[in-house]
Amino acid sequence: MNIHSYEKIWLVVAILLIVGFISTVTYGATAVGIDMVDDEGGTVNASALDEDPRFSEPRVEQVGDNEYEAYVIAQQYIFNPDPIRVPANSTVTFFITSPDVIHGFEIVGTNANTMVIPGQVAKITVNFNDPGEYGIVCHEYCGSGHHTMEGSVVVQPEDEFEPGGDE
Amino acid sequence: MGSALETGTPSFVDRFPQEASVVKAALTSSFIALFLGAVFGLIQGLHRTDVFRFLDSQYYYTVLTAHGVLMVVSFTIFFLVGIFTWAVVRSLDRPVEDIRYTWAWYGLMVVGTLMAVVAILGGFVPSTELSADVLYTFYAPLQAHPLFYGGLAIFIIGTWLAGADWFRSWYAWKQEHPDERIPLQTFMVLTTMLMWYIATIGIAIAVVGFLLPWSLGLIESVNPLLTRTLFWFWGHPVVYFWLMPAYLLWYTVLPSISGGRLFSDPLARVVFVLFLLLSTPVGIHHQYVDPGIAEGFKLIAMTNTMFLLLPSLLTAFTVVASMEHGARQRGGSGLFGWLRALPWRNPAFTGMALAGLMFAAGGFSGMINAGMNINYLIHNTLWVPGHFHLTVGTAVALTFMAASYWLWPQLTNKPLFSRPIALTQTVVWFVGMALMSNAMHVMGLFGVPRRTAEPQYEGFEFVASFGSITELRMQLALGATLLFISTVLFVSNIALSTGSPTRTGLGQPLSKPLSPAADSPEVLDNLKLWFGIAMVLVVLAYMLPLASIVGDSGVIDRGVSAAPVMIDLLTGLNPVTAVTEAVSRLSVAIVGVVP
Repeated sequence: MNIHSYEKIWLVVAILLIVGFISTVTYGATAVGIDMVDDEGGTVNASALDEDPRFSEPRVEQVGDNEYEAYVIAQQYIFNPDPIRVPANSTVTFFITSPDVIHGFEIVGTNANTMVIPGQVAKITVNFNDPGEYGIVCHEYCGSGHHTMEGSVVVQPEDEFEPGGDE
Repeated sequence: MGSALETGTPSFVDRFPQEASVVKAALTSSFIALFLGAVFGLIQGLHRTDVFRFLDSQYYYTVLTAHGVLMVVSFTIFFLVGIFTWAVVRSLDRPVEDIRYTWAWYGLMVVGTLMAVVAILGGFVPSTELSADVLYTFYAPLQAHPLFYGGLAIFIIGTWLAGADWFRSWYAWKQEHPDERIPLQTFMVLTTMLMWYIATIGIAIAVVGFLLPWSLGLIESVNPLLTRTLFWFWGHPVVYFWLMPAYLLWYTVLPSISGGRLFSDPLARVVFVLFLLLSTPVGIHHQYVDPGIAEGFKLIAMTNTMFLLLPSLLTAFTVVASMEHGARQRGGSGLFGWLRALPWRNPAFTGMALAGLMFAAGGFSGMINAGMNINYLIHNTLWVPGHFHLTVGTAVALTFMAASYWLWPQLTNKPLFSRPIALTQTVVWFVGMALMSNAMHVMGLFGVPRRTAEPQYEGFEFVASFGSITELRMQLALGATLLFISTVLFVSNIALSTGSPTRTGLGQPLSKPLSPAADSPEVLDNLKLWFGIAMVLVVLAYMLPLASIVGDSGVIDRGVSAAPVMIDLLTGLNPVTAVTEAVSRLSVAIVGVVP
């Protein structure tokens, strides 16, 4: 096959670019350890969340020195608990599920972002440094009230924080 | 001029009048969908930016479903079947085998579209049970009326039969030309359709196996992750289904209207084979942030996706090289000076060239989406529609409109109503999309979500790192308005062309490639081989993820109940009243401005 020399150069550059992209993403996923949402959260019976040990009581609980776990339910058209209170300088692993339809969970302005699918449990780990307040939006259409579905994360100074559910 | 035209080349309609009628019908259906889709698009653009809201926000999702389905299913695919029929008939130089069969698949596609559109528009009439506010992606357990799923199934069956029509033509042609290479345009159509047959396996199982029986009450529940994964099995290759007719036009028509010849026929074939192989085993990249799918499967989809850049990068080279060849034939010279020698006054050329330019920008934002980790920042934000309004919304849509300016006269023997209006239209589209898409991309970076009626929340405000959110909203609304104006200019120009006087000799011959098919190995034309490899890749990419989803949560997840989309009658303002009120408010405003 007759390929023009300019075209050969272009082809090589294109392949290098592609390999470069794949390498950076793979490097990020393996070496740097950017945690992806995957199947680690497991599954759950969406119509019996009230009987589930993880989700019967949506809450934030301490599991280590600066480590916390947050169990969150996204449902038409609220997040529970709301607000989600976490301490500053902590690592929080969120477990999020839905009893009804597919929702989204995005801490606005950050890369904490996951889909929430009924029957599945999304698990994401987030580092919180300074105290502050963030909005949470549902970013997947979930019904006629979708645009009202919001929540918040309140990052409290460490000395003010007490683990537990919604007040 | 007149006499030259009288003795010019016979047009498509002169040579194949029956086929020209089908192509015209398909294109007309496509333009009707485009116009309606644009009306809904304008309503959305003004609503979500809070520039003008006349509907209760819950109807936003009816508008959004209609915009999505009409644009990316009806507009694109009706245009595709029209242009593919033209391309096969033209390049094989023979009529279809049975014109009644051709009309039959077109008829099925129309019936399917009408069913789905009736179900969607039913959402505006709360007193009926009809509703399909499930958006273009119809993620279960949101549940639409069965008419929606049924319409979709019938539409897809129509496209399958259309593909069979083109294979049948090729088969008949091959009997008479046993030693010839497949003509390039037919090759492009056939490889695209093979890709489509593989891709539609996913949606056929999702719709016919699960969603339709579920909406009819025959099965109780579905597994939302499974139907979602099957949707994206189809949902990514479908974007190449939209794009391939544009590629066909860029490869086979654009070089001729630039005054030159396609750089290389063999590489065009390689590109289409690559799309056949790689379009489908990538759908999981839409599910990078889905729970229930292991990271390894996502990495495989990411790798395949990145390789899918290759045929598009090759296309960028070939198309620009062919344009440069054309420009130099027209007397252009210099490193960049040749750009001036291109036929910028020809709307068909300018539209396609601007579409290609925007496709490059869309390619770059697509690389961000494909980057599995950086995608976390923009997943399901307004960035994503910003991206695909550059690709399907401009690379595809503007190419289709530009090509219509070139093809429509050859289907009707009537010159275009106005070339200056056509030229203006393509530029207005480009400017409108530049504004709208830019605003969407930037707002996405600041976390503004897509698919929402009112991205204004009570508990927090979006923070812009530069510019302001208000300014970006205005930019989006202005862009949407320009795009609507551009669509109106396009549709009315084509409609007014029916009043042009009939001429003969409007045919536009296509030039031959510089490097012909004979330069390429014959194995490129071995469709069975490529189809086989494509199937193997799909099985490799999907067998384990699907098995693991079914293993974890079942073929059917009994814990998940259906959530039929309903309009809340108590709070919802009836759209008919809303429209009447909106008109009166508008007229008051106009009277206020114009004394």
